[in-house]
Amino acid sequence: MMNIRKGGQWLFVLLLTIWGVRFAYAQSPADAELLSTLGELREASFPDKESIVERLTKSAHPSVRSVLTAFMEERLYYRNDDQKIVIVKSTEGDPPTLDLIDPLTLKEGGSAAVDSLTKIVTNNGLRRMLRTTIARFGLSSPDAAVRAQAVNDMLASLDEPTIALLQERLSVETDGKVRKAIATALALAELDSSEEAKQLAAISVLRGGISQNVRNKLADVADQTAPGGSAANGAVHKAASSAIRTIDRWRTFYSGIETLFFGLSLGSVLVLIAIGLAITFGVMGVINMAHGELMMLGAYTTYVVQTAMPNHIGISILVAIPAAFMVSGLAGILIERTIIRFLYGRPLETLLATFGVSLILQQLVRSIFSALNRSVITPAWMSGTLQLNEALSITYNRLYIVVFSLIVFAAIMLVLKRTRLGLDIRAVAQNRTMARAMGIRSEWVDAMTFGLGSGIAGVAGVALSQVTNVGPNLGQSYIIDSFMVVVFGGVGNLWGALIGGMSMGIVNKLLEPYSGAVLAKIFILIALILFIQVRPRGLFPQTGRSSENN
Amino acid sequence: MKRRTIVVTAILLFAVMALVLGVSAQQPTTIKVGILHSLSGTMAISETTLKDTVLMMIDEQNKKGGLLGKKLEAVVVDPASNWPLFAEKASQLLEKDKVAVVFGCWTSVSRKSVLPVFEKDNGLLFYPVQYEGEESSKNVIYTGAAPNQQAIPAVDYLMKEVKVTRWVLEGTDYVYPQTTNKILQAYLKSKGVADADISVNYTPFGNADWQTRVAAIKKFGSAGKKTAVVSTINGDANVPFYKELANQKISAEQIPVIAFSVGEEELSGVDTKPLLGHMAAWNYFESISTPANKAFIDQWHAYIKNPKRTTNDPMEAHYIGFNLWVKAVTKANSTDVEKVLAALPGLETPNLTGGIAKLLPNHHITKPVYIGEVRADGQFNVVWKTATTVPGDAWSDFLPGSKDIDADWVTLKCGNYNKVTKKCSGQNYK
Repeated sequence: MMNIRKGGQWLFVLLLTIWGVRFAYAQSPADAELLSTLGELREASFPDKESIVERLTKSAHPSVRSVLTAFMEERLYYRNDDQKIVIVKSTEGDPPTLDLIDPLTLKEGGSAAVDSLTKIVTNNGLRRMLRTTIARFGLSSPDAAVRAQAVNDMLASLDEPTIALLQERLSVETDGKVRKAIATALALAELDSSEEAKQLAAISVLRGGISQNVRNKLADVADQTAPGGSAANGAVHKAASSAIRTIDRWRTFYSGIETLFFGLSLGSVLVLIAIGLAITFGVMGVINMAHGELMMLGAYTTYVVQTAMPNHIGISILVAIPAAFMVSGLAGILIERTIIRFLYGRPLETLLATFGVSLILQQLVRSIFSALNRSVITPAWMSGTLQLNEALSITYNRLYIVVFSLIVFAAIMLVLKRTRLGLDIRAVAQNRTMARAMGIRSEWVDAMTFGLGSGIAGVAGVALSQVTNVGPNLGQSYIIDSFMVVVFGGVGNLWGALIGGMSMGIVNKLLEPYSGAVLAKIFILIALILFIQVRPRGLFPQTGRSSENN
Repeated sequence: MKRRTIVVTAILLFAVMALVLGVSAQQPTTIKVGILHSLSGTMAISETTLKDTVLMMIDEQNKKGGLLGKKLEAVVVDPASNWPLFAEKASQLLEKDKVAVVFGCWTSVSRKSVLPVFEKDNGLLFYPVQYEGEESSKNVIYTGAAPNQQAIPAVDYLMKEVKVTRWVLEGTDYVYPQTTNKILQAYLKSKGVADADISVNYTPFGNADWQTRVAAIKKFGSAGKKTAVVSTINGDANVPFYKELANQKISAEQIPVIAFSVGEEELSGVDTKPLLGHMAAWNYFESISTPANKAFIDQWHAYIKNPKRTTNDPMEAHYIGFNLWVKAVTKANSTDVEKVLAALPGLETPNLTGGIAKLLPNHHITKPVYIGEVRADGQFNVVWKTATTVPGDAWSDFLPGSKDIDADWVTLKCGNYNKVTKKCSGQNYK
């Protein structure tokens, strides 16, 4: 404690020295003005802060852009002792002392303890305003993507200075995408013009767009120019309405694709959680109520791997896949060797025993990790969206999960059809006695099969850690869904699990916009019950001798 | 031979019981305080903290010399997030342990479950969580927010300061969100918001797949009017909801989400960077800097021996409730429930944010309302607060059935008095 205080004093002296040295430089009037304007931020209310930002924008000081950016990112502080405004380099990782940057010179200016600084708070409205303001600076960025983003940010407030700025940029802009964005923005502004020719020209430019902004603006114009509207104009109204119809057609088309993708992504989660079960339940006939908890183990493994390598979050998820397979697989083999193998042929006892195992596993993670949910960080390469066009975007994490589930499915198919283990598994599943007569160690195969199914559950857990909460109850919320998929697809058939899972996902997502999430689930369940009445063996019933054995 | 053994055992048992009872009857040297919070099951996450808060308060009171010259003794039971078990444990506390007061419950369903027990045994319950209102019992002191102390001010803030004109009311499918949204819908319509500008939707508990809902919110919010989401989503489902918002690139600057059930404790298990700027409405935030709050946080960290633990709104409610009860017992010079209940209304105690909490005749308290925006470190920046404290209103003025109802346990002695028919229906003093 003494040491820290001493260190603090030393730091204080150092800061004072730096402060003194800084004063030795002569301040230009622009510097002084910037400093005094910034100083007002300390006591200002949110509306006051907005007007201060406006004044800052008008001042031509070279460091305004960096100051505003820092303000938007909540890195603008003032020192409690001398009330001076400073920029903090980064607050990443909650360090006890923060590195400071001088707002005038933008040079490094020592550091200060967190307690000795007060943050200048922003709110959503202020940050939105800062973003459009800073966008004006971004318009001259060398990066085309930044410029395009800047134009998009500027759409929120198309006032005259902004339009002038855009026109200026258009004359020197070379990048096609940015040119198009600027043209759209200018056309949007033109729509407010009172000249019919200009309006019609703007509409014809906007006709090809599909963004919601464009549509809203056109709808406004169509309303105003409708017969009896505030600026009735038949030609403009007709052009605007027809443009809206075109845009709506495209948007409906893209939202259909979006729904389909949502369905596929939900379906691929279902497939992932059901493949493991399709092996243990489908191939071996074991009703494993602890299947969900094996997924939970996989999800927790992801968490552990991530905590073990905090500096490599990006690849931690790839490391977690084999790790989760091993952890859940070994847990599965342990369960099979110690419990299930004594209960083959007694489904009711298996069900109860594995239910008990599921409770034990839940309590185990509660004891080790506490009942609180663990936060698994989504790596940067998995977050965000793939923007296909203005109306259609696909989230990366869902896209990866779709791909991942297909890879897992293909891998399992390969193992079952192309490896010695797969051959043994199929042989034992079809006719245990015959397989034993051929010299297959059926007990060993049972353990391996169960381990394989459990390992896949663990891998599914890695995927689930990216879309849901990692907590002791994770397994319970998915176990019913996974059984539903297996029963629907046809017991003992992996293709059934794939087709069943995907179609259940898509049907669910098609229903959801109309019925809501609660009713959609109910409808699916009822439909499934009816389906089982008609086809008790599911979509792809097992044929041949083994079907009688089950 | 065998029969004699049984007789002897019975006599011995009887003797032991008599001894135990005699001893406990002879030595009323402690005042028993019941704590009825789930320590296992789904609600354990939130409720364990509240148990520790009450234990900390009892500890502190005992260090000050106890109450009425006696030490306080905590009786902790675990209703295990099981609603019928709440009623069972409540009657155990009141009938067997004979506690003077109970601090407990979190979910509305658990409160509804223990209510008949407290009314039958004439117990005293301090309930610390924001709830849907439409209730005022003689035996319950509501130290959490009623809808007019959280939901209505939050909507006011969005309407006036953020200029929101289009509303998504998104909730989990159970009693609290349904009732709150009914009140909010009526309130918004009374402010001239058209039906087409309100979208109400419910999802199941623990909903993890938010793609369709978030896409729908995005679509609803892109009609050119400023849109906000009022979220009564409860529990786990919040995390995938916010993740999906971030993935579909809906930032708080475009469509802010204001939540009524997301606090510091809930955010402690979440990567908060994508949530930046989304809002919560509470009567307390850990980040509010007052001497009382700093002392409370330091005391909490010392008691729980972990400087990383957060404090939250229901903890403050228990802090206020406990202090109110201590004052009432001192004033009544007794722990008798009737006398304490008579002493309680009108009592005042400082809250942690620099104001005063006063217990009103309707068994609710006055509270300030704060709107906070999520920061990167999982705490909240307070961006707005009410000028004064808001008195809790048990019966909402915006629901047709409930606006004529009044609760007053001082003059009317009734929890649901109909001002039009001048009748008291349901529970009242007899």
